[in-house]
Amino acid sequence: MWRRILALVAKELLAVLKDAKSRVVLIGPPLIQLVVFGYAATFDLNHVPFSVLNHDRSAASRELVARFAGSPAFQQMGALDSEHGIPELIDGRDAALVLVIDRRFTRDLALHRPARVQLVVDGRNSNTALLILGYANTIVTDFSRDWMHDHGGQAPPAVLDMRARYNPPLNSQWFIVPGIVALLTQVVTLLVVALTVAREREAGTFDQLLVTPMRLLDILLGKSLPGLLIGVLEATVIVLAAVWWFGVPLRGGLLPLYLGLLFFVISVTGIGLMISSLAVTQQQALLGAFLFMVPSIILSGFATPIANMPAPIQKLTLVNPMRYFLVVLRSVFLEGGTVQSLLPQYWPMALIAALSLLAAGWLFRRRVY
Amino acid sequence: MTTGPAGLTRTTETREQGVAHAARGGAAGRLRGLLRKEFLQIGRDPSSIAIAFLLPAILLLIFGYGVSLDARNVPVALVVEAPNADTAGFTARFAQSPYFRPLPFATIQQADRAMSARLVQGIVWLRADFSRQLQAGGAPIGVIVNGVDANDARIIEGYVQQIWIAWIAARAEEKGLPGPMPISVQLRVWFNPSVSSRDYLVPGLIAIIMTLTGALLTAMVIAREWERGTMEALMVTRVSLREILIAKLVPYFVLGMGGMAGSVAMAVWLFGVPLLGSIVVLAASSSLFLLAALGMGLLISSFARNQFVAGQIAIIATFLPAFILSGFLFDIGSMPVPIQLVTHLIAARYFVAILQTVFLAGDVWRVILPNMAALAIMAVVFLGAARLTARKRLD
Repeated sequence: MWRRILALVAKELLAVLKDAKSRVVLIGPPLIQLVVFGYAATFDLNHVPFSVLNHDRSAASRELVARFAGSPAFQQMGALDSEHGIPELIDGRDAALVLVIDRRFTRDLALHRPARVQLVVDGRNSNTALLILGYANTIVTDFSRDWMHDHGGQAPPAVLDMRARYNPPLNSQWFIVPGIVALLTQVVTLLVVALTVAREREAGTFDQLLVTPMRLLDILLGKSLPGLLIGVLEATVIVLAAVWWFGVPLRGGLLPLYLGLLFFVISVTGIGLMISSLAVTQQQALLGAFLFMVPSIILSGFATPIANMPAPIQKLTLVNPMRYFLVVLRSVFLEGGTVQSLLPQYWPMALIAALSLLAAGWLFRRRVY
Repeated sequence: MTTGPAGLTRTTETREQGVAHAARGGAAGRLRGLLRKEFLQIGRDPSSIAIAFLLPAILLLIFGYGVSLDARNVPVALVVEAPNADTAGFTARFAQSPYFRPLPFATIQQADRAMSARLVQGIVWLRADFSRQLQAGGAPIGVIVNGVDANDARIIEGYVQQIWIAWIAARAEEKGLPGPMPISVQLRVWFNPSVSSRDYLVPGLIAIIMTLTGALLTAMVIAREWERGTMEALMVTRVSLREILIAKLVPYFVLGMGGMAGSVAMAVWLFGVPLLGSIVVLAASSSLFLLAALGMGLLISSFARNQFVAGQIAIIATFLPAFILSGFLFDIGSMPVPIQLVTHLIAARYFVAILQTVFLAGDVWRVILPNMAALAIMAVVFLGAARLTARKRLD
């Protein structure tokens, strides 16, 4: 039995790898995407263009502006003379932030009255707006504290001592790059598995497979093992790149990582086989793959936290294997997660894997005979 | 039985007309015939109609509700080692804040374990001597956030900072002291005063969804003709390649614009996103974008000549790049310069900029015109490349 399955596996791998276009598609784009996305998918702000409308023009206000200009998050794009220039700058996206300093800024500072600074922010991208406000608040607060210290004012009664566990520099690359492992592994595995059966059906060779001495289970295994193999290999390459190229710390062991990977790839294979068994044509299989892949990525917590979703959609994410694998990846990479601490992530993936494989087998039996 | 002969007569008529007006009206007649064939093919396989109308509606529904960057009710552990009036004033602000759901813990060790188990996202820690240090000034408030999700962590830190600033200002006012913060910051967020991420994400989502729809609609149509051998049959007719491509483009363009109209209607009436710009600008930019997206699908299709490979390329080349490189979620200005250059190759990038502006800011021509010009160039390049790739040749 195993010899037959191995023969089918070899045939499937050859079918995928012999075709030059298909081979290039499976190897090239994932690697390019890893590098491009690893750098592109960042929530950190760099060089946000800002402008200044300084009505005060004193040493103190210039010092405040210099602090903004000196921060790596901001980059100054000229200065304004009047309020009228602000709409044009913000509308045209030439500046995302305009710092307006009140005419009485220095006088109010000296009199211990609140000296007014206005921040005008482009809210079209609300996340960037929130981050800009956070960065700006920190700069203004630091300036206030230093000014009070230098001018004999009272120190604030309490100060914040903020620290970030697991990712002290709050580098969002450390969050996104482990996520890309799950993203690309899912895409590649699904690509290999979801269209294979539909292709044989359309070409008429699936009937030939059925009249061979192979049992249905053998055929299913032969169809799923190549996807499994390619998925695990692809993930290994990306993990290596994450560690050696992007310098993401790998604090946990390889066992909890690969255990999660195995469950994940098996469940994606099962879902791919389900799509494959339902689709009559390749177009339908492609549509099915898209219909599963796109929501599963968006609702996985890859970029936007699951905790922010409304309760019914949070429940929907429970059937998404990628959701669990992302937790495994980030935990093993950053928190040093262990097999024991990740058990709550393993068993749902194992369950999804078992159910989807059973369902695929059942669907095949019904569609074939 | 009745439609068969009728259809047959009409075809014969068309052919006769084609022969009669070969010099002048022949091309129009051929094109009409091809268009009719494409529309019939779409009508018979409902999967194209599903892609055009059902797919955008379902995706917009799930994503519109599911994708949000607004942290609300974040669970945080509050560790107050010696509770008294001073600490109560501070912790009460967490309970009142819509951003936090504070959970009391007796010791820092317990809170630490809760954070390891991902039960809380952060810890706020007031040590036993907090009140005494408060008199002296500079009492430390320990804030530890889980930094795995750096974006979330930073937003949480920002909220904690706001609470802290408000608290010390209120304390100073109570005691009749000058504010300890000499500067008062006044915020004005334009276009989206409530800083709701849905208003900015939904227009971007429309661009992502239309990228998918556009490519899916056309990625396989030419590859399918090659695979089934009907392309060779078409090649021996007098139909020119340009006519084949136009006939493939027009029906899917109509379908795509229908899907776009449905998405905009959902954005405005279901999600309540304000539409400040004009419908004309929206329609014009959507047409350009769809031409580019459909052109890319046609290019993939005529390059691959094989549905399997066309499907793989469509998945890899459309959704993920549009999702990550379009500026819909990740700020393009913050990416490294080489990656910023790469984003110029993504049609969705221009469409996202147009949609976010048309919806939230209005018809700002300085944003709209350059982006529309870029879309027009991409449409011409993709359609031209598809025309060049789909040569009349047999391998």
